[in-house]
Amino acid sequence: MNVSTQNRRDFLKKSAAITVAPGVLLYSVSPKAHHAEKPVTSETRWGMLIDTNKCVDNCTACLDACVEEHGLTEDVPVEIKPVWIRKVTVRDKQTGRETFLPLMCQHCENPPCVDVCPTGASFKRADGIVLVDRHTCIGCRYCMMACPYKARSFVHEALENQKPHSPRGKGTVESCNFCVYRIDHGMGPACIEACEAEGHEAMIYGDMNDPESEISKKLKEMSSSVLRPDLKLNPGIRYQGL
Amino acid sequence: MKILMILGKLSLGLLLIMTVSGVSSGEVSMPEIPKAKNNFSAEQSCVEPIDLMRREHGLLLKHYRHDTMRRGIRTSEYSLIACVNCHVTADESGNYPTVHHGSDHFCRSCHTYAAVNIDCFQCHTSKPQESFSSDMEPVQSD
Amino acid sequence: MKKVTFYVIEGKSFAFYGGIIVSVFFILLGLFAAYNMEHHGHIITGMNNQIVWGIPHVFAIFLILAASGVLNVASISSVFRKIFYNPLARLSALLAITLLIGGLSVLVLDLGRPDRLVVAMTSYNFKSIFAWNIILYNGFLLICVVYLWFMMQRSMQRYYPTAGLIAFTWRLILTTGTGSIFGFLVAKEAYQTAIMAPLFIALSLSLGLAIFLLVLLIDYWETHCSLGDGILTRPKKLLGVFIVGVFYFVLVYHLTHLYFTGRHGIEYFVLAGGGVYTVLFWAGYVFLGTILPLLLLYHDRFTNNRISIAVAALLTIVGGISLLYVIIIGGQAYPIDIFPGKEIIDYGAMHSSTMYSYTPSIWEIMLGVSGIAIASFLTVVAVRILPFIPRSLSDTDLDETFKH
Ligand code: SF4
Ligand code: SF4
Repeated sequence: MNVSTQNRRDFLKKSAAITVAPGVLLYSVSPKAHHAEKPVTSETRWGMLIDTNKCVDNCTACLDACVEEHGLTEDVPVEIKPVWIRKVTVRDKQTGRETFLPLMCQHCENPPCVDVCPTGASFKRADGIVLVDRHTCIGCRYCMMACPYKARSFVHEALENQKPHSPRGKGTVESCNFCVYRIDHGMGPACIEACEAEGHEAMIYGDMNDPESEISKKLKEMSSSVLRPDLKLNPGIRYQGL
Repeated sequence: MKILMILGKLSLGLLLIMTVSGVSSGEVSMPEIPKAKNNFSAEQSCVEPIDLMRREHGLLLKHYRHDTMRRGIRTSEYSLIACVNCHVTADESGNYPTVHHGSDHFCRSCHTYAAVNIDCFQCHTSKPQESFSSDMEPVQSD
Repeated sequence: MKKVTFYVIEGKSFAFYGGIIVSVFFILLGLFAAYNMEHHGHIITGMNNQIVWGIPHVFAIFLILAASGVLNVASISSVFRKIFYNPLARLSALLAITLLIGGLSVLVLDLGRPDRLVVAMTSYNFKSIFAWNIILYNGFLLICVVYLWFMMQRSMQRYYPTAGLIAFTWRLILTTGTGSIFGFLVAKEAYQTAIMAPLFIALSLSLGLAIFLLVLLIDYWETHCSLGDGILTRPKKLLGVFIVGVFYFVLVYHLTHLYFTGRHGIEYFVLAGGGVYTVLFWAGYVFLGTILPLLLLYHDRFTNNRISIAVAALLTIVGGISLLYVIIIGGQAYPIDIFPGKEIIDYGAMHSSTMYSYTPSIWEIMLGVSGIAIASFLTVVAVRILPFIPRSLSDTDLDETFKH
C-alpha cells in the first residue's frame, strides 16, 4: 500500500469516528475509558500507584519509553536536558535502606504550579491531569520555582520534528503529561507499558475515583504514601514501600 | 531637542532599511501552494468549504485546540495532525519539506506570501509522521 | 517658604551627551542579547532547569525595588507633609517611573516567549501573585504619572496630597507583592517565610534612597548648581536608618531559620558552605553593603564629605544586589527536599550532584545591565524635556523650610 492511500484511510477512519452516528465506531479500549469525543469530567481522577519494591536498580525502561514517546531527544548539557521522569535512588538516613523509584510530575490535586502561573497556561484538567498550555505559556518559569518535586523542564533551544501527538517547543515549560492523548484513547501511559513489558510491573494507573478500579482497590488494601504529605497537595502519584 | 531629532531620524532610517531589504529579499510572487493528498469526501475537498478554510482555518484551529487540550475532546476533523498529514506532501525523493526553511511547505507557501507569522510549528511538528494512534485500530461495535 | 523654581537642563554639556551615548550603547547591547536569547533559546544563558531565574532577575528585581523605594522622597514630602523634601519630589517620582520601566523591560525580555507579552497582559490567573504583580506594576506607573502631573500643574496641586497618599499606599502593596513572589513558594526552603515582604520593603527603601542620593549628587556635580549640605543631612541619616532596617530583617530571617531545626541545611549553605553565595553574603552584603556605608555615613571622619556619601550610596547598591543574588539564586541552588529523612544518592538524569551551579553568561549580564541603562536614558531625556530639577538647593534658598 502506498503512503497516500494509507494516509487517506487513516484520515477517513478518524473522521468517521465523529461523523458516523455514535456507537458505530469505538476504539477497542478498557471498559472505563473515556470517549475522546466527549469532554473529560471530574468523575474521573487519574492516578498511578508505584510499587518501589518492584522497581529495580539499573532498569531505565520507563525513562527510555518516555524519551521515545515524547521525543525528548535533544542533545544538550545535562542541566538543561528535558526530564519528564527520572529515576531516583534514595537512602534512608536512619536505616540505610536504599529504594529506587521513578519520579515525575505528581499531578497534584492542589498544584502549586497552577496557582502561580500568571497566564493560566499551567492548568489541571477536570480528570486531574496537570498540563501546560504551550499556547499561552510565556516562559516565565515561575511554575518551576513553585513545583516541590522538580518535575518541570524548560525548553532551552529551538526544536524541530517533535512527535505529532506531543507538541513541545522553545521557550515554554513542560512536564509529564500522563500521556494524556493515550489516556483519552483508552491507553495507559508509555512508561507503565514499558515497565510491564520488562516484566517488573512496578506501576499501575487508573481512576482513583472509581472504587472498582484496580488502583482504588490496591490503595484501599495496602499502605501507600505520597511525597511531601506535609504540603497537602494530594498528588495523584502514590508510592508503596517508601 | 536636537539629540532626540537625531535619534528619531536614525531609527526612521533603520526602519526604512529594514523594510526595503525585507521586500527585496522576499520577492512578491504568487505562492505555489502544494495540492493536498486526498479529498475529504466525495462532495467536499476539505473538512469545510474551501473559501471558509482559506479565511478561517486559524480560527477553527484555535477553537478546537481549546476543546482538545483543555477538555480532552480528540476528534480528528479539525486536528492539526490531520491537516499536516493531508496537506504536507513529499518531494520526488520522498522527503517532506519543513515549515522552517524554504517555501515548499504548504503552510509556509501561503503565509510567506501573506506575510503572516505562523506560530504553530515552534511546538507542533510540520511534517506528517506516524502518530502513536496509527497502530490503534478502530473496531466495529454492534 | 521661598518658591522653588524648576528648570530644564540645557543638554549641551559633555555629561549630557555622554550619558545619552553610554546608556544607548548599553541598551543596544541588551537588545542584542535579548535577540540572541530569543533566537537561540536560553541555552546561551547560564540558567538551567534548577536555577531558572538568574542574573536578569536579580537586576530586574533590584530595579523594581529601587523604583518603589525612590518614590519615598516624594511620599515623605506629600504624605508626611515634610515640605523640606518638596523640591525633590518631582525627581523622585520621575526616577520611580524610569527605574520601574527599566526593571520590567529586563523581566519581559528574559521570558521564554517575550513575543507573547500580549498574552501576559490579557489573560490573567488571579490566583497568581505574579499576575497581580503585573497589575500592580502597571498601576504604579500610571499613578506615578498622575502624581507627577498633579505636582507639576498648578491647577491640580490641591489633589497632590491625595495622589501622594495613593502612590504611597500603592508602593507598599507593590513591594509586598514583589516580596511575596518568593514568600509564597512552598517548594523552596529559603523563601517560605512571611518575613520576605517586610525585608523587601526595607530593601526597597534603602536602595531607592541610595539611588536618589546618587542621582542628586551627580546632577549637581554636573550642573554646578548649589546643593546645600543641609539638604543632604536628612536623607543621609535616613539612608543609615534604612540600611540598619534591612540588616534587622536579614537578621530575623536567618534567626528564624536557625530556630527551625529543619532549616539548618539552608542556613549552613548560605552562611558557611555555599561558596559564591557565602562570599557574596558576608563580603558583598554584610561588609561592603552594610558595615562600610554605615561607617561612611556616621563616622566623624567621613560624614561631612560628599564623596563619602556617594560611595556609601554606591556600596548600599552593591550590597543590595549581593543580597538579592544570595536570596534569588542561592535559594534555588540549594536542593529541595523531596524525600525528608532520606538522602538522594542518585538523581537519574541529574546524575550524581543535586547541588547545581550557576555561572551567568555574558548575554544575561548584558541584558541585566541594559535595565539600568534604560532607566538612566529615560531619566536624562526626561529632565531635558520637562522641568524636574530644582534650580537651587542651596541651604540659604531653602532656609525657611527648616522651620517647618
Ligand atoms: S508535581 Fe509539580 S508540576 Fe506536577 S502538578 Fe505538582 S506542582 Fe505541578
Ligand atoms: S512558565 Fe509558562 S506554565 Fe510556567 S508559570 Fe510561566 S506561563 Fe505558566
